[in-house]
Amino acid sequence: MGLVMGTFSVQTKPVTYHKDTADDDFEMTIVCHRPEGLDQLEAQTNFNKRELQVLYRGFKNECPSGVVNEDTFKQIYSQFFPHGDASTYAHYLFNAFDAGHTGSIKFEDFVTALSILLRGSVTEKLQWTFNLYDINRDGYINKEEMTDIVRAIYDMMGKYTYPVLKTDAPKQHVDAFFQKMDKNRDGVVTLDEFILSCQEDENIMRSLQLFENVI
Amino acid sequence: MATGVAAWLPFARAAAIGWMPVANCPMPIAPRDNTKRQDELIILNVSGRRFQTWRTTLDRYPDTLLGSSEKDFFYNEDTKEYFFDRDPDAFRSILNFYRTGKLHYPRHECISAYDEELTFFGIIPEIIGDCCYEEYKDRKRENLERLQDDQEETKDMKLPNMSFRETMWRAFENPHTSTMALVFYYVTGFFIAISVITNVVETVPCGSTFNQKDMPCGERYTVAFFCIDTACVMIFTVEYLLRLFAAPSRYRFMRSVMSIIDVVAILPYYIGLVMTNNEDVSGAFVTLRVFRVFRIFKFSRHSQGLRILGYTLKSCASELGFLLFSLTMAIIIFATVMFYAEKGSSSSKFTSIPASFWYTIVTMTTLGYGDMVPKTIAGKIFGSICSLSGVLVIALPVPVIVSNFSRIYHQNQRADKRRAQKKARMARIRIAKSGSANAFLQSKRNGLLSELLELTGKDEEDQKSVSLLESQHHHLLHCLEKTTAHEFVDEQMYEQNFLETALQTFPSHSPSTASHDSPAVTCCSRKERRNTPLPSAGLPPSHPSSAHQSALHELSAIRIHCGDPLSHSTSRSNLNVKPDDSSRINSKSGRITTAIISLPSPPALSSDGDGLHGPLQRRSHPPSIQTTASSAGINIVKVSAL
Repeated sequence: MGLVMGTFSVQTKPVTYHKDTADDDFEMTIVCHRPEGLDQLEAQTNFNKRELQVLYRGFKNECPSGVVNEDTFKQIYSQFFPHGDASTYAHYLFNAFDAGHTGSIKFEDFVTALSILLRGSVTEKLQWTFNLYDINRDGYINKEEMTDIVRAIYDMMGKYTYPVLKTDAPKQHVDAFFQKMDKNRDGVVTLDEFILSCQEDENIMRSLQLFENVI
Repeated sequence: MATGVAAWLPFARAAAIGWMPVANCPMPIAPRDNTKRQDELIILNVSGRRFQTWRTTLDRYPDTLLGSSEKDFFYNEDTKEYFFDRDPDAFRSILNFYRTGKLHYPRHECISAYDEELTFFGIIPEIIGDCCYEEYKDRKRENLERLQDDQEETKDMKLPNMSFRETMWRAFENPHTSTMALVFYYVTGFFIAISVITNVVETVPCGSTFNQKDMPCGERYTVAFFCIDTACVMIFTVEYLLRLFAAPSRYRFMRSVMSIIDVVAILPYYIGLVMTNNEDVSGAFVTLRVFRVFRIFKFSRHSQGLRILGYTLKSCASELGFLLFSLTMAIIIFATVMFYAEKGSSSSKFTSIPASFWYTIVTMTTLGYGDMVPKTIAGKIFGSICSLSGVLVIALPVPVIVSNFSRIYHQNQRADKRRAQKKARMARIRIAKSGSANAFLQSKRNGLLSELLELTGKDEEDQKSVSLLESQHHHLLHCLEKTTAHEFVDEQMYEQNFLETALQTFPSHSPSTASHDSPAVTCCSRKERRNTPLPSAGLPPSHPSSAHQSALHELSAIRIHCGDPLSHSTSRSNLNVKPDDSSRINSKSGRITTAIISLPSPPALSSDGDGLHGPLQRRSHPPSIQTTASSAGINIVKVSAL
C-alpha cells in the first residue's frame, strides 16, 4: 500500500495540520470602503465625471474592498518595474499618497493626489514632491532622506544596467542635487528653496508638464 | 430592521389607525418622502448580459455597491445603464440576494472567484443562507489549507543570513535541504535500525555448547552486544545534544514528544551503567531494558506516515475514548452475566467476574482463543449475544478514526504533489515574467533601429504597432533611465560590460574576454563580433546568440548589407552583427522565414501575486520582410528571431 511506501519516504517536513477552530470564522473582517459621491469628488478634484469613473473602475478592480494597503500597493507598483526592486520607492509613494497616515489608501486619497499630480498648478506639484521627499515630515529635506529616496529609485533599475551601477552612484546624485537646490548651503532644503530652484531649472519645468495627458 | 420586510412597512403603518382612538395625546408628525421618485427599472449590464431590476430592490441594502451611490461610478451616460465588467454567472446569485434577501453559494463556482465577486459588490459572506453556508465554509477552509501548504513551502528556503545554529536546526528539520543533513538522517536511521535489531536478536537462543543449555545470544556474546549498544547510544546522545543546541527554543524542544522519546531511548543505558548488578534492583534493571524498545519510535522522525498516524490518534481522542468507554461497559455487563450463568456448572473456568473479563474481551473482539468456554446453555446463549454485540461496538467508532486518518493522509499527499508540480509551474511563470522585462529592451532596439533607418533615409513601412498602454509603460521606464542616467540592459550585456570594466581590455579583444565568461555568454569563434558600446546612441552592442535563451523573444541580429548580400564582414555601419545560429536568414533572397515575437500582455492594472495575467499575445510577423532594393544598394533586412 502507498502508506507503507510513504512511511519511509524522506519527507520529514513537519507539516502542521489545521483543525477547524472557531477562530477561522472571525479571520477576515472585510474592510469595505465606499467613496463619496461622484459629484462631491468632482467638486473636490480637477477631474470630470468620466475621468473619475475610469479611475474608480481601475482602482476597484485592483482593490475590491475599496482600500489599498501597503503590500497591495507595493505589488501593483512592482508590476511596472520588473527589472528591479520597486518596493522601497513604493513605500515612500504610499506614505505620500496616504495623506492622513491611516495605513491604507482610500479612493479619495488616491484621486486627490492624482488631481494634484496631473491637473494641479506647478506650485502644488512641487509641494507634493517635496512632501514625498520629506520622509519624516519635518519640513526639511536633509541628505539622508534624499539619499534614501535616490537609492530607492536606483533600486528600481535592478542589477543589469549600462553602465554598471556603482555603489556610490546614489550619493553622487544626491550631492549634485544639493548643489543645485540648497541655496543657503545649510545642509537642508526647505520648501521655498526647493520651489525656487525647480522653477529656475528649465528641464524640471518641462518634465513637470510631461504627464498632463495621462488620463 | 430586516430589510426583507421593508416592503411590509406601509401595511404596518396603515394598521396603526387602530391605535388612534385609544391614544390620548397627539401623534408625532410623519416623515415626508421627499424623494418622490417613480420607481424605475435599472438596467445592469454585466459583461453583456442585461439584468433589470427595480431601483427599490437595490436600495434595500444601502451598504453594498449596488445599493449605494458607488454604482454611479459605473454608469454609462450613452446607454443609460450601469456597466460592470464582471462575471455574469456569479452576478446572478448576487442579484438574487437583493431580490430574495438570501445569498446562495453556487456549488460549481470557484471559492476564491466567488469571494472576489462578493468583495467587489460589497457583500459580506457571513450572510450566506444556512442552506449554503456549510458548503461555503468547507470549501473556504480547504482553500486556506492549500494556500497555507504553499506558504509553508517557502519557509524551507534558506534565509540569506542564517547563523550556524539556525542552519543546523534547519538541516535537522528538513534533511533534503543539504547533503550533510541527508547523510546524518540516513546514519541515524541506520543506527536506530541496528539498535532495534540487536535488542531483538539478543533474546534469540543461540545454540548450545556441549555443557551449557540453550542460552540467548545476549548472554553468549555479551561483549559484542554491549559494544553495539554503546555505539548506538553514543550516536543517539550526540544527536540529542546537537538538536538541543540548535533548537531555537530549548525549553519548547525539551517538552516536545520527539525529544522525550529520545531521552527515554538513551536513559536506560546510562542508568544501567550507574547501577551495579545488585539483586534488589535487578528487577528494575530488567524493566529498564524494556524501555529500550522505545527506540523504535525514533523512526517517526524518519517516517511521515508514522507521524500522520500519531496525529490521527491524537485528533481522534474523543472517538477512541468513546470506544474504550463503551467496550468497558459491555465487558462488565457481559462478564457479570457470564459469571452468574456459569456459576452453576462444575469445573467452570469462570471463577470470578474479573476472570470472566478475559473471556468477554476475547469474545467481543472475535478472537475466540477457546481457553475459556461456557458449558451451560444459558452461558452459551449469552456468549453468542456477547460476540455479536462485540462486532457492533467495535465497528462503530472505527470508521470515524479511519476517515480522519484518510483526510489527513490525502492532505499530505496533495501537499507533496503540489510541491512537485510547483517547480515546473514556477519555471513557466518565470519565463512569462521575463518576457515583460525583455519587451522594453526590445522596443528600445526597435526604436533605435527605426531611428537608424531614419538616419539612412529609409522609411520603414513595417512599423510594429505597439499598443498605447505598452508605449506608455515604456515611456515610464525610459524616464526612469533618464533619471538615473543608467540604462536597462539584458543579462548578457551586463556580463560583458562587467567583465570589460573589470579586465579593462581593448574592445577588439572582447571576444576573447567573452570566452572566459560564464557559460551564460556563449561565443562562437567563427562569428565575428565587435563589441563597441555606443553610449550616445544608446544602442546596446550585439550580443551573441545564446542557445540557452529561455526568453520568448530576443532581437538577435540586425543586419545591414551593403551591396552583396552574402558578405557579413563588410558592413558600413558599426553595427556589426552576426547571424543567428540556426541561420534563419537566407541571405540570398534576403528574406527571413518565420519570426514570431511574443509580446506579453501589458501588466497594467491587473496584478496578482503571480504576475502575468493576460494571455501572451502572439504576433507573427509576415514571413517575408520586404527588401527594399534601393538605389543606394542597401538591403536592410530586419531579423527578429526567437
